[in-house]
Amino acid sequence: MCLGIPGQVVDFIDPAEHIATVEVSGVRRSISTRLLADDPVAPGDWVLVHVGFALSKIDQAEADLTLDQIRRLGKPFEEEMEAFLETSIV
Amino acid sequence: MKFVDEFRDPAAAKQLLAAIADLTAADPERAYRFMEICGGHTHTIYRHGLEHLLPPQVEFVHGPGCPVCVIPMGRVDDAVWLARRPGVVFTTFGDMMRVPGSAGSLLQAQAEGADVRFVYSPLDALKIARDQPEREVVFFAVGFETTAPSTAVTLARAAALGLTNFSVFCNHVLIEPPLRAILDSPQRRLDGFIGPGHVATVTGSDHFHFIPDEYGLPIVVTGFEPLDILQAVDMLLTQYRQGRCQVENQYARVVRPQGNPAALQLLAEVFTVRDSFEWRGLGWIPASGYRLSEAYADFDAERRFPLPGRRVADPPACECGAVLRGQLKPWQCQVFGSACTPEKPIGTCMVSPEGACAAYYNFGRMHRAAARAVALGGAARSGPVGTATRPA
Repeated sequence: MCLGIPGQVVDFIDPAEHIATVEVSGVRRSISTRLLADDPVAPGDWVLVHVGFALSKIDQAEADLTLDQIRRLGKPFEEEMEAFLETSIV
Repeated sequence: MKFVDEFRDPAAAKQLLAAIADLTAADPERAYRFMEICGGHTHTIYRHGLEHLLPPQVEFVHGPGCPVCVIPMGRVDDAVWLARRPGVVFTTFGDMMRVPGSAGSLLQAQAEGADVRFVYSPLDALKIARDQPEREVVFFAVGFETTAPSTAVTLARAAALGLTNFSVFCNHVLIEPPLRAILDSPQRRLDGFIGPGHVATVTGSDHFHFIPDEYGLPIVVTGFEPLDILQAVDMLLTQYRQGRCQVENQYARVVRPQGNPAALQLLAEVFTVRDSFEWRGLGWIPASGYRLSEAYADFDAERRFPLPGRRVADPPACECGAVLRGQLKPWQCQVFGSACTPEKPIGTCMVSPEGACAAYYNFGRMHRAAARAVALGGAARSGPVGTATRPA
């Protein structure tokens, strides 16, 4: 549960509720960007996602680095990636 | 240096290791014990065998920053009690499922018919509450400042939707009080901290000034790549070399000095700090946990349900407390790898993948003897690990 997973913002499903679609390795899911309300994100931005919430803006190099690192961490973390991609909030 | 080739940038790793060797070479008698606060760092250290790449004077000490590991048994019992209550859908992060309470785990409760559901996000739990208005949905909230804002947003959303069938069993904790408890301990033997990158994303790196200012120790807020951790060690040693003692931010590509203001504001609105909260191994620590604020009292599972709230001592065989305080290495625990394994854990540190014991176990150090051989082998590491006197 402690992972930060990088995702790229694709679009906003519900702008009023800060619900956005992000893409991770070609797979899309919805997340909340409410915690970045002070520093709004736009489609194309990369964010670090923790338990379904964008916690911080990052750049693409950081996103690549983090994804690579998660893949090296092994099975429990791959399972969290799967959970991230398979669950739904909307 | 057999592990170095696994690094993303082996040349950079070798360069950092050479710099670290240089910084420690001047005084071979001087040992440094650096506590990595966050369980994510512990995992990276073991996964990449970092402790074996560093000079023997540098030792990693594992800290209290695994949110699953610090939940005391009585709170797990309360969670199991909630899960077994008729009509309740009990939602939890997967990591908490196998944490043993005094009368079994959530996983066992599920096997016996309780409706326990694993969620990735608190918003998943909220969705279940919206989809099933006839059920009482409870979310088992655990985590430090990194995770608490997500619960806060979820509660704000639940209030806006006027949901009456959603509540939170709040076990969110703060990072500063347990660090102070460790720093105030007479047994403390630490020379600095590898600071928690994700917590600092919310709190800001400035939050950690109390460590140099009040305790005279350096801290470097650090990212989660193995190279990040090597760089943090280099930065800590450089502070010693140059006679500095400061908060430094190695993870500036993500962490801001002031943190995330929107998240901090939500924490202030939705939560209040408890007078005291019980930590596994650390006991009751004043002002160390969150509960829901008065404005959100209707969503507080502790007010909605008559929880048993029984305090349960840790199992006598389990030494998670000493591991969480950095006083014992996982392999020094009597039950490590024998009675306590990831498949059948006794203690929390063996359950979570971020727990020090699970990380140690999962990377080939399954038996205490083998772990000891790894830790003490080769160039006969000196310092506290080598001189530990626990019976084999």
